[in-house]
Formats: sequence, C-alpha cells, structure tokens
Amino acid sequence: MIQKKYIQFIALVVLSMIVTTSCERDVSDDAVLATFPSNADVYSDNPEGLTDEFFISFNPVDGANPEGFGTDQNEAYMGTSSIRLDIPAPNDPDGGFIGGIFKDRGEGRNLTEYDALTFWVKASRTALFDEVGFGFDFELDKYTVARAGIPLSTDWRKVTIPIPDPSKLVQEKGMFFFSTGTSSTDGVGFTIWIDEIRFENLGTIAQPQPRILNGQNVSQQGFLNVPFQLTGLTQTFNVETGRNVRVNAAPSFFDFASSNPGVATVDEFGLVSVIGVGEVTISASLDGVGAQGSLSLNVEGGFNFAPVPTRPEENVVSIFSDAYQDIPVSRYNSFFEPFQNTLGGVVPVGPESIISYSDLNFVGIVFNDVTFPSEAVQPVNAANLTHLHVDINVQEAIQANDRLLLQLTNYGASETVGSFLISGNQLVEDQWVSFDIPLLDFSGLGDKNRIGLLLFNSENGPDNPTISNLFLDNIYFYTE
Amino acid sequence: MKINKDSKLNMVKYPPIFLLILICVLSCDLDETQEVVTLDNLVWADEFDTDGAPNPEHWNFEIGDGTKQGIPGWGNNELQYYTDRPQNVKVENGVLLITARQESFEGNNYTSARLTTQNLFEQKYGRYEARIKVPYGKGYWPAFWLLGNDCDVNPWPACGEIDIMEYLGDEPTSVFSTIHGPQYSGAESISKEFSLENGRFDTDFHVYGMEWSPNRINFYVDDVLYHSLTPEDVDEETNGTGNWIFNDRAFYIILNVAVGGNLPGNPNSETVFPQSMVVDYVRVYN
Repeated sequence: MIQKKYIQFIALVVLSMIVTTSCERDVSDDAVLATFPSNADVYSDNPEGLTDEFFISFNPVDGANPEGFGTDQNEAYMGTSSIRLDIPAPNDPDGGFIGGIFKDRGEGRNLTEYDALTFWVKASRTALFDEVGFGFDFELDKYTVARAGIPLSTDWRKVTIPIPDPSKLVQEKGMFFFSTGTSSTDGVGFTIWIDEIRFENLGTIAQPQPRILNGQNVSQQGFLNVPFQLTGLTQTFNVETGRNVRVNAAPSFFDFASSNPGVATVDEFGLVSVIGVGEVTISASLDGVGAQGSLSLNVEGGFNFAPVPTRPEENVVSIFSDAYQDIPVSRYNSFFEPFQNTLGGVVPVGPESIISYSDLNFVGIVFNDVTFPSEAVQPVNAANLTHLHVDINVQEAIQANDRLLLQLTNYGASETVGSFLISGNQLVEDQWVSFDIPLLDFSGLGDKNRIGLLLFNSENGPDNPTISNLFLDNIYFYTE
Repeated sequence: MKINKDSKLNMVKYPPIFLLILICVLSCDLDETQEVVTLDNLVWADEFDTDGAPNPEHWNFEIGDGTKQGIPGWGNNELQYYTDRPQNVKVENGVLLITARQESFEGNNYTSARLTTQNLFEQKYGRYEARIKVPYGKGYWPAFWLLGNDCDVNPWPACGEIDIMEYLGDEPTSVFSTIHGPQYSGAESISKEFSLENGRFDTDFHVYGMEWSPNRINFYVDDVLYHSLTPEDVDEETNGTGNWIFNDRAFYIILNVAVGGNLPGNPNSETVFPQSMVVDYVRVYN
C-alpha cells in the first residue's frame, strides 16, 4: 500500500512537472527538491514506512532499557495491535527507563501540511508520560519537539503534540520520540499502550505563544569569549479542548536577533557568542511571532575564572565546583532570617557557574538535614578528609578592617562550630585567591562526621559588615 | 433540530465540511429545499468604517457592573466593569474593537464594553447578521444578541431574548444560539451549539446570522443554517408551558464581551488579556 501511494505521488509530481514544462521552458533544479513523501502515518497496526529496526533505543549505557519495548496483539485503540511499553523500575538490571525513536526508512518526509503529531495512549495505571515528541533522528536532531508530563489514564486518550512551525519540516526523519521512567509512580513499574500515531492537519492548533528563557527577560553581565546557551525554548498553542499545550522546541525553529552584532551573535542552535564590549539584547521569533523572553548582556571584558582544580575526584567531596560532581546541597544562599542581608547565589558564567554574593553580612551554604528539614540532604562525613578548599575573588576595593570569617558546623550529638579567619590583607580585589585550609585549623570544631553548614561572615562586630561583594568558586573538602 | 444546508454558497471553501454536512443531511433529512436566508433588503447597517468612537446614532453604551441596573454582575456573577473608554471600545481600521482588559477599575478587576441599539434601532422581524472574530481563553464570553424593547414593563424573560452568537473562550470550536422567554430562560433556555470540525472561531472572522419571521427564527453560521425554531419547538421544549413571544414586540441589538461568571467560569492563568471581539459589520435586512 505504501509503495503504491508513493508511486501515485510520484506520478502526480511527474504529471505536474509535465504541465509545468509545457508552459515554462526551463524547470529549475530546485523545483524537484520539495518532493519528499508526505505520508502521515507512523504506526497503526504496523510501523508505517519506518526503518527495519522500528524502535531505536537510547543508549543502554545511559540507563535506557531496550527490552521493555514491543507490540501487543491483545490491546488496540483501533485495529488489531498497539505498541506496548513495560516501564521498568529504576533499579532494573536492563535499564531504569525506556526511551528511543522511530525513524523514517527513506530520506525523510515532508510534514509541512500538518499541524500536529497525534496518537492514542492508555496505561495500566494513572501516571505521567515523561516526554513524547518527534524530530529526533540521531543524526542532526535539528527540529526536535517534546511535550513533557503527559497525564496517562487507564482508558484510551488522544494526545496532541503541536508542530511549532510546520513550514520548517520539509524533510523530517524523526517520526516519533518518547522517554519515560517511573518518577511519577514512585518507582513502580507500569505499562503504556500507544496506538494510531500519525501527523494530522487538525485546523484547531492556534494562538502561538513562543518563549525563550521560559519567557523571562534575563539581564546579566556577559564576558568576552564566554558563550551563553539560550534555554527554555518553548512553543505554546491553544488546542481544540481550549487548553494550552506547551512543547519544548529546538532552537532551529526560532529566528534569533541580536540588537548589537558587534557585541554578540546567535547561531541557529541558540548559542550566543560574545565577541565585543558593550550592551546587547538577544530576542527571538518563531514563525513571525515574537517570543516572550530575552537576554540582555552587559559586556565589559573577559571573565577571569578561578584556577581549575587538579586534585583527583576520588579525594574530593565537592560542595560547589564545575570540576567535580557536587553533593546535594539544599541552599547556596541560606537566606537566614531575620538578620542576614546577603543576596545572590549561583550565577552562570557561560557554560560554567560561580557563586556571587552581594550585600554580604553573612551567608550560609546549607547541606544538612537539620536547618531546613523540608530540604534535608546528607551532611558531609569529613572524618577522613583533611582540608577545605575555596577560591575567593573580592569585587571591591580591599579596606583596612576587611575580614571574612569561615565557619563550619558539625551536626553531631552536640552541634559544634569551627572558625577560621581570613583577613583583608590575604585577599585581592578582582583576583582569585585560593585557600587550602586544614580542617584542624577550624578552631572549635569537634567531630567532623556530620559537617553540614559553611558560613561566610564579613562582620567586624555586630551590624558592621566589611566585604560586601565577592565571588566564590571551587568549594570542596578533600584529603591530601 | 433539523440541519440544513444552502448549497449555493462557499462549496469550495470548506469542501470536507460540506461533504460531511451533505452526508449528514442525506442521512437525517432529505429536505434540501430550504435556503439559509430569504431577506435581502438592507435596512440598517454599521460597517465600522470611521475611526474613533462608535457612531452615536447607532450605538448606546451600558456602563458599570450592573449594580446601577439592579443586577450586580449582570445577573451572572460576571466580573467586568463596562466603560465607553477607547481602551474598551473603538472603531479602527474598518472594524469595531470591544476589548476586555485585566485592570483594577471601580472596584472590579476587568473592564470591557457593551453596546446596544436601544431607542436607536429597534424592530420586529428581519435578518440580523454580523461578521465577528472572537477572543479565546477561559472566562471570555462575547455575544451578539437581541433583547425585547419592553423589558421595563415586561421584566425579563417575559420581554424575550434572542442570542444570535454566544461563545465561551475555553471552547474555541463551538458557538451557540439561544432563545429565552417565560418558562424557557437561563439554564432552561432553548439553545443549540454549532461546532467546526477542523477549525475554530478565534482565528478567523465568521458570519453569525439570524432570520426572524412570524412564528420562525433561524440561526446560521457562515452558510450553514443549524438551528430553526417555531412555536411548536417552544411548546415541545417547555411541555406546553411556554409561549412564543417573538411576534409581539420589537427587539434591539447588543454587542458585548463579558468576563467570567456562571457560564464561562472565571479566567485562569492561561487567559490572555487584553483581547478583543472584532466586529467587521452589523447588518439588518428585511
């Protein structure tokens, strides 16, 4: 059937070319490009025009479970069969989630006449389908679309995944994509059935509301040669039910604009390159509709990063560093009430991040199960660790009385606090200074097996803060 | 409850819908002789061609939240305060814009506008037609409707109401038409919905019309007559308790955008403000 449809389609194209050639002397070579088949069907009772492997799993090395995918001859929304996904528990030896793609077996399809991918789905219990979409072909992944958190019912329901801008999809190979685990079911495995997957022209996909940066107008310092990846790219449509449906849309669906190309440019993948000093605003549109959200950068020069840590990972327990995997931390700014004034916290600097505090009087980094019970994380057992490392960069002129008191709290049977004082003459304005402080030098610290708070205090007496603005990076315990 | 189709118009524009309707017509009713409209003598119109405030010879404003009229929330717990400010109502680029806004105003959280032809144009019978694009989103409740001109002496619903087009913003593919009278008002009114199979009412203009003659009211959208009412229908719907009150008085035209209340429900976080009901024209034929 499919072959026949293709032949009919090609015959139509040939016919139209003959008609064209009869009145135009030359047909441009370009004219034949728009001839990719527009077959809408992806799966009905069988895969429709997909590759022989049908389901191409994400890499099992990343935890994907290729064993839970199959078809079911006893369940179908229409016809005789459906796709069946047996979602594994997180600790399944074959992998803790199921995810992968269906790919067109040819050179791709022309989907420009459709406005949505639709399918019917049900599950063995109510749950959330983590992500479903299309546009992933494991080649370019250029026009990816994913809808997250789709509610599953124990009865068949139709799901609509709007196409952000169909005119882009002249040759799409990524016909279907899904990925789900058991995060919505507290780790309990369940079954999903999917049927009648196809592209449709519903005519009810309307009122586009594209966004970048999740609709926020982000304004921050930019730095020469430190790129910025635009994220939070979505397209939202109002659909037939009157509800809004939001999908994550690949950057290539958007047209990006720079207000000052001498300062920053954006490529089609949403990567902002900072190339000059000055101010710039990056905005975007999708299919002619302006996107909510923008990025404004003030670029004064390059960023002076802290020295890259060199200690081997196995000797390190990292609180905050791009060089290591950090332990869970509940707060990088404690916002202790009522006496803390300190603002700020983690800020991205291109692909990396630092901690930036302003209005400092004191501030804690919280990683325990006592201070904020609802945010409990495990404190650090530093019994076998010897040092605390921290890089400090003061963002103001150093004054005579400047000081920074570092305090570690151990939440043992009794709480003990150890203190280490850094004086202003050990710090340099706008320069990173690295400290490797022996834990033994934190005077007053008793046990080290439940360290869960690192406090920075710049006060020289009550209500008398000294240093107000500083950057921190590479905060980690280690053993020498 | 008959569905009929005038085959003269726009066959090409909606071929799948036409086919569907034709199939439906053939399957449920073989009477294809009825035409959508019969009255073609234009007697009153506003084409909204002059920028600025709406023509005062055609339109009055109803101001407020209904409190002054003795029906706070206009009887439906609606949330808007009607004004005649240009922010809420103006003619621009050949269309009338009735704009609902989310703003604090006179103790209300939304503003909008309601225009009537009361005392300016009132008549019995005729064909009433408007070309309109509606807003979308939970809480929007735009309408094009008629009210009997003697509600002062025969309080509603005795004076009658003919709703040519009502639409709820969270049901973008449907509109409905309704008549209200004694024993068939409010939730008991006689109403019918018209839905688009592959389209919606907030993305394009559509023509909403009603043809009214002695003992008959027909409602249509574009070229589709979908709701036809006679005294027999009122009799049937009310088990003999209601009367046909549409041969007895002149009616006047109302255009408004309500926000929230009993029927549409209140706006939610997805509802976009401001939005307008856009009216290309209102025409009356005899």
